Amino acid sequence: MLVYRKENLSTLAAKVEGAFGDRLLGKEEKTLYVQFSVKAADAKSLIRFLKDSPELGFTYFIDCCGVDYLKYPRPMPERFAVVTTLLSPALGVKVQVRAFVPASGNGSAPARIDSNADLFAGANWTEREIFDLYGIEFTGHPDMRRILMPDDYEGHPLRKDYPLRGRGERGAFPVYHAIPADQAPKD
Amino acid sequence: MGVVNSLNDVITTKLAFAINWGRANSMWPMPFGTACCGIEMMATFMSKYDASRFGSEVLKFSPRQSDLLIVSGRISLKMMPVLQRIWEQMPEPKWCISMGACASSGGVFDNYTIVQGVDQFIPVDAYMPGCPPRPEAFIEALMTVQEKARRGQAKSSEYVSNDDARDPSLSPLYRSPDAFHFSPTPPNKAQAASNVPSNTEKGPRFEGGPMSNLSPEAMEKV
Amino acid sequence: MYSYEQEVTEQTDNVVHMNVGPSHPAMHGTLRVKMEVQGERILRADQEIGFLHTGFEKLGEHRTYNQFITLSDRLNYFSPLNNNIGFALAVEELIGLETPRRCHVIRTILSEMSRLADHSLCVGAMAMDLGAFTSILWTFVEREKLYDVFEAVTGTRLTTSYARVGGLAFDLPADFEKRVTAILDSMEKTVDKLRGSFYKNRIFLDRVEGVGVISKEDALSYGITGPMARASGVEYDLRKFKPYLIYDELDFDVPTYSEGDCLARYKVRLDEMDQSIRLVRQAMKRLEPGPISAQDQKHALPDKLSTYTDMESLIHHFKMVMPGPDHGINPPVTDLYSATESPNGELGWHLVSDGGSNPWRVRVRPPSFINYPIFGKLMEGAMLADVVAMLASFNVIAGELDR
Repeated sequence: MLVYRKENLSTLAAKVEGAFGDRLLGKEEKTLYVQFSVKAADAKSLIRFLKDSPELGFTYFIDCCGVDYLKYPRPMPERFAVVTTLLSPALGVKVQVRAFVPASGNGSAPARIDSNADLFAGANWTEREIFDLYGIEFTGHPDMRRILMPDDYEGHPLRKDYPLRGRGERGAFPVYHAIPADQAPKD
Repeated sequence: MGVVNSLNDVITTKLAFAINWGRANSMWPMPFGTACCGIEMMATFMSKYDASRFGSEVLKFSPRQSDLLIVSGRISLKMMPVLQRIWEQMPEPKWCISMGACASSGGVFDNYTIVQGVDQFIPVDAYMPGCPPRPEAFIEALMTVQEKARRGQAKSSEYVSNDDARDPSLSPLYRSPDAFHFSPTPPNKAQAASNVPSNTEKGPRFEGGPMSNLSPEAMEKV
Repeated sequence: MYSYEQEVTEQTDNVVHMNVGPSHPAMHGTLRVKMEVQGERILRADQEIGFLHTGFEKLGEHRTYNQFITLSDRLNYFSPLNNNIGFALAVEELIGLETPRRCHVIRTILSEMSRLADHSLCVGAMAMDLGAFTSILWTFVEREKLYDVFEAVTGTRLTTSYARVGGLAFDLPADFEKRVTAILDSMEKTVDKLRGSFYKNRIFLDRVEGVGVISKEDALSYGITGPMARASGVEYDLRKFKPYLIYDELDFDVPTYSEGDCLARYKVRLDEMDQSIRLVRQAMKRLEPGPISAQDQKHALPDKLSTYTDMESLIHHFKMVMPGPDHGINPPVTDLYSATESPNGELGWHLVSDGGSNPWRVRVRPPSFINYPIFGKLMEGAMLADVVAMLASFNVIAGELDR
């Protein structure tokens, strides 16, 4: 039975700091896990290190989600973050990797980060979801297309600058016309 | 002659009465259960509430064999074309129940993806309030529709569908079955094969929507 | 020597494209599967989801923490109480709020009863999808009894909205213990009846045994949690991993199987129902009188009844529910991932707070969404008829899947 082991949190933090010390943007110890913040370029190597390192063994994929920090009250390194949560059956702790992804420039290249779909099969759909809702593209993803919204939908609804009620898409369907009373068919 | 005419009238009236009586007491529902209301709909058809007392226990998941559409649950942007197509496939005369707040008005989900009431796009005969409605409310709605059927009324006969609804592939959000592609295929190739309009077109994507001519700033105030 | 298999493989153009759903009885409401079928064998399959995309996460950014509890009901409508309680626990962890003992006990009891409701519907529906209609009538009888208790406790049958940040909406009714004891007894009988009907039922076993096998490695890599993972030999249950509420005081087992097929998933759910009955019985003994909400003027709502009679409570109530930056719960500017064990697996909440009364970001880690992708892998090479059995054993809930 997998049981949470608090003492391993510090082991984990020390291991990761030893290997990635200068490339970490931040480290925060939470109640059940440690959160490491890195740049988008370093995220994949950190996740690979966490998974493949024999004494860490973060082989259990838990979650991957996006966050938009546009106009967040506290200054953040970049606009977007892709947060991956993993669990180590060997250590009995969770880890969270928060990768900051720069927003696209003036309509040129979209926000990009390396895909983890080759490391964890579960990352496939969660990354598609982030692409769908935030517009962050994952390089190396085998199947980068929308998952929740229709294929020809425009915009990425979970971005902070997207209006809550959409841009009129929910009203754009064929409508039925009422038949005037004098033309109504009679039984 | 006058006697024969009135006799004819009597016969047709009696016949219509008999047909309507039959229709009302053997409603075959097409359950379009998407969300929470679908669970309460299931509860209504199960042992405790037992909708078969009203002649409606035959759940037909095939729209061509049913005459009562029960829209239970929220309808999203992606689901609405499916719902319209199912409604078009049902033979006349047909009735529709909009079950719950979400199907009737969008409910608590006033956001970019939930259609704010299916009655904008298909004719609805009975609305059921509640989030979700209790099975008793469901039975009440069923009886309302039965009463309508007995009188020979149906909302669908007051409306005419336009060509868009008859041919869903004309709808801007419709995806043809060919647009469905398997994961190894690159999405561009599959998209080219589909009849989905390409994204290169300029101008507003969704024309004719009630809110599409508002600016993004105005939209946020809505 | 004639071989049907060989004939089918040689006719390479004998491939039929088949579409199932989104409105199909086996597809649980809103799932869609497109398959390439050769005879009865599925060559390739693709799943499409999103037909029930409801925008919970976007809406959560525009609602206060307590308002989101109402929305969380609609995520997993098989067991809304687990969602309510999970979200309330996550927010309490975010703001560091302690809740009283009675609140913990009630939350534990209702979580387990909600798990019973969820599993009973799932096992009933699974057998129904495979042709045994009677079992869902049995389990629905039990579910209706549970509905009656939920209605007595929370006021509604399905969308309960019972938990609040820092406590509960209201206390239990007077005859709660009597009602629950009666239900547990009849529930136990129903579980035994289901075991008797299906564990040695040849028709049922042929459909589910060895079908849709998920290996342990796949379960880890896909991130599968809950009964599905435990049927594949992953011994992971958040109630044991890091016990929350009063689970550390209670004595219960986590049923685990190593086969990983549909039958194992069915058995895990039935065994978990037994454990839930045990848990409720034990927790009922720990039910003692006391306050149900934290006495915290900054974060917890006041007792609802006192707001009608007491001036201070009314002011407190308005300070909590009115919109604006200086009202409501203002957690520290940070983020937190918190998870509870919902009937389908790990229900995680990634909350990002900007210090205001609304969350900056509410990420739901829905078990169904993470559990569902492996279905595509299982379908490839499987028989067409097995798709129904596999999907039924997944217990995919569309509200949670699409959010």
